[in-house]
Amino acid sequence: MLGTLGPLELTLALLVVAALAGFLGSLTGLGGGVVLTPALTLLFGIDLRYAIGASLVSAIATSSGAASAYVREGYSNVRIGMFLEVATVFGALAGAMLATWVSTSALAVILGLVLLQSAWLSGQNQEGAVEAASSDPLAAKLRMDSVYPTAQGMRHYHVQRVKAGFALMFGAGAISGLLGIGSGSLKVIAMDRAMRIPFKVSTTTSNFMIGVTAAASAGVYLNRGYVDPLLVMPVMLGVLAGSLGGARVLSGASVKALRWVFAAVVGFMAVQMIVSGIRGKV
Amino acid sequence: MDRLIGGLLRGGVILSAAITLAGGVWHFVQAGSVMPHDRTFHGEPAELRSVGGVLRGVAEGHSWSLIQLGLLILIATPIARVAFSVYAFAAEGDHTYVIITLIVLAALAASLAGLQL
Repeated sequence: MLGTLGPLELTLALLVVAALAGFLGSLTGLGGGVVLTPALTLLFGIDLRYAIGASLVSAIATSSGAASAYVREGYSNVRIGMFLEVATVFGALAGAMLATWVSTSALAVILGLVLLQSAWLSGQNQEGAVEAASSDPLAAKLRMDSVYPTAQGMRHYHVQRVKAGFALMFGAGAISGLLGIGSGSLKVIAMDRAMRIPFKVSTTTSNFMIGVTAAASAGVYLNRGYVDPLLVMPVMLGVLAGSLGGARVLSGASVKALRWVFAAVVGFMAVQMIVSGIRGKV
Repeated sequence: MDRLIGGLLRGGVILSAAITLAGGVWHFVQAGSVMPHDRTFHGEPAELRSVGGVLRGVAEGHSWSLIQLGLLILIATPIARVAFSVYAFAAEGDHTYVIITLIVLAALAASLAGLQL
Protein backbone atom coordinates (compact mmCIF):
# COMPACT_ATOMS: atom_id res chain seq x y z
CA MET A 1 0.00 0.00 0.00
CA LEU A 2 1.14 3.56 -0.71
CA GLY A 3 4.31 2.12 -2.19
CA THR A 4 4.28 4.18 -5.37
CA LEU A 5 4.51 7.64 -3.83
CA GLY A 6 7.47 9.95 -4.49
CA PRO A 7 9.55 11.32 -1.61
CA LEU A 8 7.59 14.55 -1.16
CA GLU A 9 4.18 12.85 -1.52
CA LEU A 10 5.24 10.16 0.94
CA THR A 11 6.33 12.80 3.44
CA LEU A 12 3.01 14.62 3.10
CA ALA A 13 1.03 11.38 3.43
CA LEU A 14 2.97 10.57 6.63
CA LEU A 15 2.22 14.07 7.90
CA VAL A 16 -1.55 13.68 7.39
CA VAL A 17 -1.78 10.20 8.93
CA ALA A 18 0.33 11.31 11.89
CA ALA A 19 -1.85 14.39 12.42
CA LEU A 20 -4.94 12.19 12.61
CA ALA A 21 -3.22 9.81 15.06
CA GLY A 22 -2.14 12.74 17.22
CA PHE A 23 -5.63 14.23 17.26
CA LEU A 24 -7.31 10.99 18.33
CA GLY A 25 -4.52 10.08 20.73
CA SER A 26 -4.69 13.37 22.55
CA LEU A 27 -8.49 13.46 22.64
CA THR A 28 -8.68 10.03 24.25
CA GLY A 29 -5.62 10.53 26.48
CA LEU A 30 -3.99 7.42 25.05
CA GLY A 31 -1.18 9.09 23.11
CA GLY A 32 -0.68 9.14 19.36
CA GLY A 33 1.85 6.30 19.34
CA VAL A 34 -0.72 3.66 20.04
CA VAL A 35 -2.13 3.96 16.51
CA LEU A 36 1.02 5.36 14.92
CA THR A 37 3.22 2.28 15.00
CA PRO A 38 0.60 0.01 13.40
CA ALA A 39 -0.32 2.74 10.88
CA LEU A 40 3.30 3.12 9.78
CA THR A 41 3.90 -0.61 9.46
CA LEU A 42 0.51 -1.68 8.06
CA LEU A 43 -0.21 1.33 5.82
CA PHE A 44 3.28 2.35 4.70
CA GLY A 45 5.17 -0.93 5.02
CA ILE A 46 7.85 0.68 7.18
CA ASP A 47 10.11 -1.62 9.18
CA LEU A 48 8.74 -2.07 12.71
CA ARG A 49 11.98 -0.86 14.32
CA TYR A 50 11.91 2.47 12.44
CA ALA A 51 8.20 2.78 13.20
CA ILE A 52 8.96 2.26 16.89
CA GLY A 53 11.66 4.96 16.82
CA ALA A 54 9.34 7.45 15.08
CA SER A 55 6.40 6.73 17.34
CA LEU A 56 8.53 7.07 20.47
CA VAL A 57 9.83 10.51 19.50
CA SER A 58 6.27 11.52 18.56
CA ALA A 59 5.00 10.39 21.96
CA ILE A 60 7.32 12.99 23.51
CA ALA A 61 5.90 15.69 21.23
CA THR A 62 2.28 14.71 21.98
CA SER A 63 2.88 14.55 25.68
CA SER A 64 4.81 17.80 26.02
CA GLY A 65 2.52 19.71 23.67
CA ALA A 66 -0.70 18.64 25.37
CA ALA A 67 0.75 18.62 28.91
CA SER A 68 1.65 22.29 28.64
CA ALA A 69 -2.09 22.99 28.38
CA TYR A 70 -3.29 20.51 31.05
CA VAL A 71 -0.77 21.52 33.71
CA ARG A 72 -2.02 25.08 33.62
CA GLU A 73 -5.64 24.00 33.80
CA GLY A 74 -4.92 22.25 37.11
CA TYR A 75 -5.84 18.67 36.18
CA SER A 76 -2.49 16.90 36.31
CA ASN A 77 -0.81 16.10 39.62
CA VAL A 78 2.92 16.79 39.47
CA ARG A 79 3.72 14.88 42.69
CA ILE A 80 1.95 11.70 41.64
CA GLY A 81 3.50 12.02 38.19
CA MET A 82 7.04 12.46 39.47
CA PHE A 83 6.79 9.62 42.00
CA LEU A 84 5.45 7.20 39.40
CA GLU A 85 8.03 8.33 36.86
CA VAL A 86 10.68 6.56 38.93
CA ALA A 87 8.88 3.32 38.07
CA THR A 88 8.13 4.14 34.42
CA VAL A 89 11.65 5.41 33.62
CA PHE A 90 13.40 2.31 34.97
CA GLY A 91 10.73 0.16 33.34
CA ALA A 92 11.29 1.96 30.02
CA LEU A 93 15.06 1.42 30.19
CA ALA A 94 14.53 -2.28 30.91
CA GLY A 95 12.00 -2.56 28.05
CA ALA A 96 14.27 -0.76 25.56
CA MET A 97 17.15 -3.09 26.46
CA LEU A 98 14.88 -6.09 26.06
CA ALA A 99 13.71 -4.93 22.62
CA THR A 100 17.02 -6.01 21.03
CA TRP A 101 16.40 -9.60 22.05
CA VAL A 102 12.77 -9.87 20.96
CA SER A 103 11.92 -10.67 17.29
CA THR A 104 9.82 -8.14 15.34
CA SER A 105 7.10 -10.80 14.94
CA ALA A 106 6.82 -11.15 18.71
CA LEU A 107 6.86 -7.36 19.09
CA ALA A 108 3.97 -7.10 16.62
CA VAL A 109 1.90 -9.60 18.59
CA ILE A 110 2.60 -7.86 21.92
CA LEU A 111 1.73 -4.51 20.34
CA GLY A 112 -1.53 -6.00 19.07
CA LEU A 113 -2.44 -7.14 22.58
CA VAL A 114 -1.67 -3.70 24.05
CA LEU A 115 -3.81 -2.14 21.31
CA LEU A 116 -6.71 -4.42 22.23
CA GLN A 117 -6.42 -3.28 25.83
CA SER A 118 -6.42 0.36 24.65
CA ALA A 119 -9.51 -0.24 22.55
CA TRP A 120 -11.24 -1.86 25.49
CA LEU A 121 -10.31 1.04 27.77
CA SER A 122 -11.52 3.72 25.41
CA GLY A 123 -14.90 1.96 25.16
CA GLN A 124 -15.31 1.91 28.98
CA ASN A 125 -17.59 4.12 30.98
CA GLN A 126 -15.18 6.67 32.36
CA GLU A 127 -17.12 8.22 35.21
CA GLY A 128 -17.70 4.99 37.11
CA ALA A 129 -14.71 4.78 39.45
CA VAL A 130 -15.79 5.02 43.09
CA GLU A 131 -13.95 7.77 44.88
CA ALA A 132 -12.40 6.79 48.19
CA ALA A 133 -13.02 8.69 51.41
CA SER A 134 -9.55 8.21 52.91
CA SER A 135 -5.99 7.71 51.64
CA ASP A 136 -3.32 5.06 51.58
CA PRO A 137 -0.93 6.10 54.46
CA LEU A 138 1.92 6.11 51.93
CA ALA A 139 -0.03 8.52 49.71
CA ALA A 140 -0.54 10.81 52.70
CA LYS A 141 3.18 10.65 53.51
CA LEU A 142 4.02 11.50 49.88
CA ARG A 143 1.44 14.32 49.85
CA MET A 144 -0.34 12.97 46.78
CA ASP A 145 -3.91 13.99 47.64
CA SER A 146 -5.03 17.07 45.82
CA VAL A 147 -7.96 18.84 44.20
CA TYR A 148 -9.13 19.11 40.61
CA PRO A 149 -11.56 21.43 38.83
CA THR A 150 -15.11 20.17 38.13
CA ALA A 151 -18.29 21.88 37.00
CA GLN A 152 -19.26 22.15 40.72
CA GLY A 153 -15.97 23.79 41.70
CA MET A 154 -12.75 22.30 43.09
CA ARG A 155 -13.06 18.74 44.31
CA HIS A 156 -10.78 16.75 46.68
CA TYR A 157 -9.54 13.25 45.92
CA HIS A 158 -7.67 10.64 47.94
CA VAL A 159 -5.07 8.29 46.49
CA GLN A 160 -5.24 4.52 47.14
CA ARG A 161 -2.84 1.56 46.74
CA VAL A 162 0.35 3.44 45.95
CA LYS A 163 2.52 0.29 45.87
CA ALA A 164 0.27 -1.51 43.41
CA GLY A 165 0.18 1.58 41.21
CA PHE A 166 3.97 1.82 41.33
CA ALA A 167 4.38 -1.83 40.29
CA LEU A 168 1.88 -1.43 37.42
CA MET A 169 3.76 1.67 36.30
CA PHE A 170 7.00 -0.28 36.03
CA GLY A 171 5.16 -2.65 33.69
CA ALA A 172 3.70 0.26 31.70
CA GLY A 173 7.21 1.73 31.38
CA ALA A 174 8.63 -1.60 30.19
CA ILE A 175 5.91 -1.91 27.51
CA SER A 176 6.61 1.67 26.47
CA GLY A 177 10.34 0.98 26.08
CA LEU A 178 9.73 -2.32 24.31
CA LEU A 179 7.17 -1.06 21.78
CA GLY A 180 8.02 2.63 21.49
CA ILE A 181 4.57 3.77 22.54
CA GLY A 182 3.53 6.08 25.37
CA SER A 183 1.61 3.27 27.13
CA GLY A 184 -1.00 5.85 28.07
CA SER A 185 -3.72 3.23 28.38
CA LEU A 186 -1.69 1.15 30.85
CA LYS A 187 -0.79 4.23 32.87
CA VAL A 188 -4.45 5.21 33.07
CA ILE A 189 -5.33 1.70 34.31
CA ALA A 190 -2.71 1.98 37.05
CA MET A 191 -3.89 5.39 38.20
CA ASP A 192 -7.63 5.16 37.61
CA ARG A 193 -8.29 1.55 38.64
CA ALA A 194 -5.53 0.78 41.18
CA MET A 195 -4.93 4.17 42.76
CA ARG A 196 -8.50 5.47 42.34
CA ILE A 197 -7.41 8.80 40.98
CA PRO A 198 -10.23 10.65 39.15
CA PHE A 199 -10.26 9.83 35.45
CA LYS A 200 -9.47 13.29 34.16
CA VAL A 201 -6.56 13.62 36.60
CA SER A 202 -5.35 10.14 35.55
CA THR A 203 -5.41 10.84 31.82
CA THR A 204 -3.75 14.24 32.05
CA THR A 205 -1.11 13.10 34.56
CA SER A 206 -0.49 10.09 32.31
CA ASN A 207 -0.09 12.39 29.32
CA PHE A 208 2.33 14.48 31.35
CA MET A 209 4.38 11.39 32.28
CA ILE A 210 4.53 9.90 28.78
CA GLY A 211 7.16 12.40 27.64
CA VAL A 212 9.52 11.56 30.48
CA THR A 213 9.03 7.81 30.04
CA ALA A 214 9.53 8.05 26.29
CA ALA A 215 12.62 10.26 26.69
CA ALA A 216 14.23 7.48 28.75
CA SER A 217 13.88 4.90 26.00
CA ALA A 218 14.41 7.41 23.16
CA GLY A 219 18.04 7.75 24.27
CA VAL A 220 18.50 4.01 23.91
CA TYR A 221 16.75 3.87 20.51
CA LEU A 222 18.72 6.84 19.20
CA ASN A 223 22.03 5.22 20.15
CA ARG A 224 20.90 2.06 18.43
CA GLY A 225 20.11 3.80 15.13
CA TYR A 226 16.31 3.36 15.18
CA VAL A 227 15.61 7.09 14.80
CA ASP A 228 15.57 8.00 11.09
CA PRO A 229 15.34 11.78 10.62
CA LEU A 230 13.54 11.68 7.26
CA LEU A 231 10.80 9.46 8.67
CA VAL A 232 10.51 11.06 12.09
CA MET A 233 10.35 14.62 10.73
CA PRO A 234 6.87 14.40 9.10
CA VAL A 235 5.57 11.96 11.70
CA MET A 236 6.58 14.09 14.68
CA LEU A 237 5.35 17.36 13.16
CA GLY A 238 2.04 15.77 12.16
CA VAL A 239 1.42 14.20 15.56
CA LEU A 240 2.28 17.47 17.27
CA ALA A 241 -0.17 19.49 15.17
CA GLY A 242 -2.89 16.87 15.67
CA SER A 243 -2.41 16.59 19.42
CA LEU A 244 -2.56 20.36 19.92
CA GLY A 245 -5.88 20.32 18.08
CA GLY A 246 -7.09 17.44 20.29
CA ALA A 247 -6.10 19.19 23.52
CA ARG A 248 -8.10 22.21 22.45
CA VAL A 249 -11.23 20.11 22.03
CA LEU A 250 -10.88 18.02 25.23
CA SER A 251 -11.76 20.49 27.95
CA GLY A 252 -15.25 21.26 26.65
CA ALA A 253 -16.36 18.53 24.29
CA SER A 254 -18.29 15.36 24.82
CA VAL A 255 -16.21 12.84 22.94
CA LYS A 256 -18.23 9.71 23.59
CA ALA A 257 -19.05 8.93 19.95
CA LEU A 258 -15.51 9.64 18.84
CA ARG A 259 -14.17 7.33 21.54
CA TRP A 260 -16.19 4.47 20.08
CA VAL A 261 -14.85 5.18 16.62
CA PHE A 262 -11.34 5.26 18.02
CA ALA A 263 -11.89 2.00 19.89
CA ALA A 264 -13.03 0.37 16.66
CA VAL A 265 -10.02 1.65 14.69
CA VAL A 266 -7.58 0.56 17.39
CA GLY A 267 -9.26 -2.85 17.69
CA PHE A 268 -9.04 -3.39 13.93
CA MET A 269 -5.35 -2.46 13.91
CA ALA A 270 -4.73 -4.74 16.88
CA VAL A 271 -6.08 -7.75 14.98
CA GLN A 272 -4.04 -6.78 11.90
CA MET A 273 -0.84 -6.51 13.96
CA ILE A 274 -1.40 -9.86 15.65
CA VAL A 275 -2.18 -11.58 12.34
CA SER A 276 0.87 -10.15 10.56
CA GLY A 277 3.03 -10.93 13.58
CA ILE A 278 1.92 -14.57 13.62
CA ARG A 279 2.40 -14.88 9.85
CA GLY A 280 5.89 -13.42 10.24
CA LYS A 281 5.15 -10.55 7.86
CA VAL A 282 6.45 -7.76 10.08
CA MET B 1 5.47 26.29 39.38
CA ASP B 2 2.77 24.75 37.16
CA ARG B 3 2.78 27.79 34.91
CA LEU B 4 6.55 27.65 34.48
CA ILE B 5 6.53 23.93 33.71
CA GLY B 6 3.82 24.49 31.11
CA GLY B 7 5.85 27.28 29.54
CA LEU B 8 9.04 25.22 29.52
CA LEU B 9 7.33 22.29 27.79
CA ARG B 10 5.73 24.57 25.25
CA GLY B 11 8.98 26.45 24.51
CA GLY B 12 10.95 23.22 24.04
CA VAL B 13 8.37 21.75 21.70
CA ILE B 14 8.08 24.92 19.61
CA LEU B 15 11.87 25.23 19.28
CA SER B 16 12.20 21.56 18.37
CA ALA B 17 9.40 21.70 15.81
CA ALA B 18 10.86 24.83 14.19
CA ILE B 19 14.33 23.29 13.83
CA THR B 20 12.95 19.96 12.60
CA LEU B 21 10.75 21.73 10.05
CA ALA B 22 13.66 23.90 8.88
CA GLY B 23 15.79 20.77 8.45
CA GLY B 24 13.00 19.09 6.50
CA VAL B 25 12.44 22.02 4.16
CA TRP B 26 16.18 22.34 3.63
CA HIS B 27 16.38 18.66 2.82
CA PHE B 28 13.73 18.88 0.12
CA VAL B 29 15.28 22.00 -1.41
CA GLN B 30 18.73 20.43 -1.42
CA ALA B 31 18.12 16.75 -2.13
CA GLY B 32 14.39 16.27 -2.70
CA SER B 33 14.77 13.12 -4.76
CA VAL B 34 16.41 11.07 -2.01
CA MET B 35 13.93 8.35 -1.10
CA PRO B 36 13.43 7.26 2.48
CA HIS B 37 14.47 3.63 2.73
CA ASP B 38 12.50 2.52 5.72
CA ARG B 39 11.06 -0.72 4.44
CA THR B 40 14.17 -2.64 5.37
CA PHE B 41 16.06 -2.01 8.56
CA HIS B 42 19.78 -1.26 8.43
CA GLY B 43 20.29 1.16 11.32
CA GLU B 44 21.18 4.82 11.02
CA PRO B 45 24.83 5.88 10.48
CA ALA B 46 26.93 6.62 13.57
CA GLU B 47 26.74 10.34 12.81
CA LEU B 48 22.99 10.33 13.59
CA ARG B 49 23.20 8.14 16.68
CA SER B 50 24.85 10.32 19.31
CA VAL B 51 24.60 13.87 20.60
CA GLY B 52 28.21 14.61 19.56
CA GLY B 53 27.75 13.09 16.11
CA VAL B 54 24.60 15.13 15.45
CA LEU B 55 26.29 18.38 16.50
CA ARG B 56 29.26 17.68 14.19
CA GLY B 57 26.84 16.95 11.33
CA VAL B 58 25.04 20.25 11.90
CA ALA B 59 28.37 22.10 11.89
CA GLU B 60 29.16 20.46 8.54
CA GLY B 61 25.78 21.61 7.18
CA HIS B 62 23.89 18.30 6.78
CA SER B 63 20.11 18.72 6.66
CA TRP B 64 19.58 15.25 8.19
CA SER B 65 21.66 16.25 11.17
CA LEU B 66 19.63 19.43 11.58
CA ILE B 67 16.41 17.38 11.75
CA GLN B 68 18.08 15.10 14.26
CA LEU B 69 19.09 18.14 16.33
CA GLY B 70 15.42 19.18 16.46
CA LEU B 71 14.55 15.68 17.69
CA LEU B 72 17.30 15.84 20.32
CA ILE B 73 15.82 19.09 21.63
CA LEU B 74 12.45 17.36 21.80
CA ILE B 75 13.95 14.49 23.83
CA ALA B 76 15.69 17.04 26.05
CA THR B 77 12.43 18.94 26.78
CA PRO B 78 10.93 16.51 29.34
CA ILE B 79 14.42 16.03 30.79
CA ALA B 80 14.66 19.81 31.30
CA ARG B 81 11.21 19.67 32.88
CA VAL B 82 12.45 17.09 35.39
CA ALA B 83 15.57 19.16 36.09
CA PHE B 84 13.42 22.21 36.69
CA SER B 85 11.20 20.23 39.08
CA VAL B 86 14.26 19.48 41.24
CA TYR B 87 14.65 23.21 41.73
CA ALA B 88 10.92 23.78 42.24
CA PHE B 89 10.62 21.07 44.92
CA ALA B 90 13.77 22.38 46.62
CA ALA B 91 12.27 25.88 46.70
CA GLU B 92 9.18 24.41 48.41
CA GLY B 93 11.46 22.68 50.94
CA ASP B 94 10.13 19.27 49.90
CA HIS B 95 13.25 17.12 50.31
CA THR B 96 11.51 13.79 49.65
CA TYR B 97 10.50 14.94 46.19
CA VAL B 98 13.91 16.51 45.49
CA ILE B 99 15.43 13.02 45.93
CA ILE B 100 12.67 11.30 43.90
CA THR B 101 13.16 13.80 41.07
CA LEU B 102 16.96 13.47 41.14
CA ILE B 103 16.64 9.69 40.69
CA VAL B 104 14.48 10.21 37.60
CA LEU B 105 16.89 12.81 36.26
CA ALA B 106 19.96 10.59 36.72
CA ALA B 107 18.32 7.70 34.84
CA LEU B 108 17.32 10.00 31.96
CA ALA B 109 20.79 11.53 31.69
CA ALA B 110 22.43 8.10 31.67
CA SER B 111 20.11 6.91 28.91
CA LEU B 112 20.75 9.89 26.63
CA ALA B 113 24.50 9.68 27.21
CA GLY B 114 24.32 6.16 25.80
CA LEU B 115 25.15 4.27 28.96
CA GLN B 116 23.77 0.74 28.87
CA LEU B 117 22.16 -0.73 31.97
